[in-house]
Amino acid sequence: MEFNNEFILGCSAIGAGLAVIAGIGPGVGQGIAAGHAAAAVGRNPGAKSDVTSTMLLGQAVAETTGLYGLLIAMLLLFVKPLAN
Amino acid sequence: MGQGILLSAGADIDFMVHGIFSYELFGQTVWITTTHVCVLIVFLLLGTFALIANRTMRHASDVPTGFQNVVELIVEMLDSMIKASMGSSAAKFANYIGTIFIFILVSNISGLFGLRPPTADYGVTLALGLITFTLIHFNKFKYQKVSGVIKGLCDPWPIWAPINMIGDVAVPISLSLRLFANVLSGTVMMALVYGLLKWVAVFWPAVLHVYFDLFSGAIQTYVFCMLTMTYISDAIGEQ
Repeated sequence: MEFNNEFILGCSAIGAGLAVIAGIGPGVGQGIAAGHAAAAVGRNPGAKSDVTSTMLLGQAVAETTGLYGLLIAMLLLFVKPLAN
Repeated sequence: MGQGILLSAGADIDFMVHGIFSYELFGQTVWITTTHVCVLIVFLLLGTFALIANRTMRHASDVPTGFQNVVELIVEMLDSMIKASMGSSAAKFANYIGTIFIFILVSNISGLFGLRPPTADYGVTLALGLITFTLIHFNKFKYQKVSGVIKGLCDPWPIWAPINMIGDVAVPISLSLRLFANVLSGTVMMALVYGLLKWVAVFWPAVLHVYFDLFSGAIQTYVFCMLTMTYISDAIGEQ
């Protein structure tokens, strides 16, 4: 079947929108990490700097899956691998 | 460019890598792009800094003053960071980790100075990831010997070897994609703010610069170096 270019671009835009839904996971994960870090600081305020740096490191790693979704969206929008 | 964005902003939005000139090499067209220029600028900046630092440290005094203070502060911070996560083998890798730390940090925050950050090009980050990959496996073979590597590959049972192998290959890809996507998202976001809002984007984008360039850039530099060190000390194993 032949599709015209506009149809493919429109579908790519919808796909890009769907791809960035991947951001939900890291959002929840980072929130949980920050919540537990806040609890840890509340229990042991002396370890605040250690807890903060560990939390930031973990959050930055957890962010990766969301960024994969962002990359797919970028590819669909700007590289346009499906358009002819 | 996506057509939707093009329609609403004209040709102002620009966050792509551009070719400057091309030449033929063994039948392949090779492009010199803006990324090369930005890497060159970062390299010249760091090289000049290193030369001045070298000259200063040659006439170093016991009581540091001025520029010597700055150099000692940087070296001490890097050393303590590497020592904290690599322990006894820190001295061997301080050179490499320190170098990539400074390079990635300056690359990431070069967006502040109007450059397109070199790390927002997958070619740069993949190269960094591949260096890490090489280091991991070189040290694995050096310290665990071939028998140890095979034992690690067939970890629970030999049938898991293909999955472990995929896990090994995924390390440089995930390392480089993480850095690339973070810096790229910042670059795209800033280009959208400046391109779509035009004269509305006066002064207040500084806040976004602080987050996307400084904070995110520094965090991702730290994460890249931490993960590199973790993987390498994992490969070295117990001494």
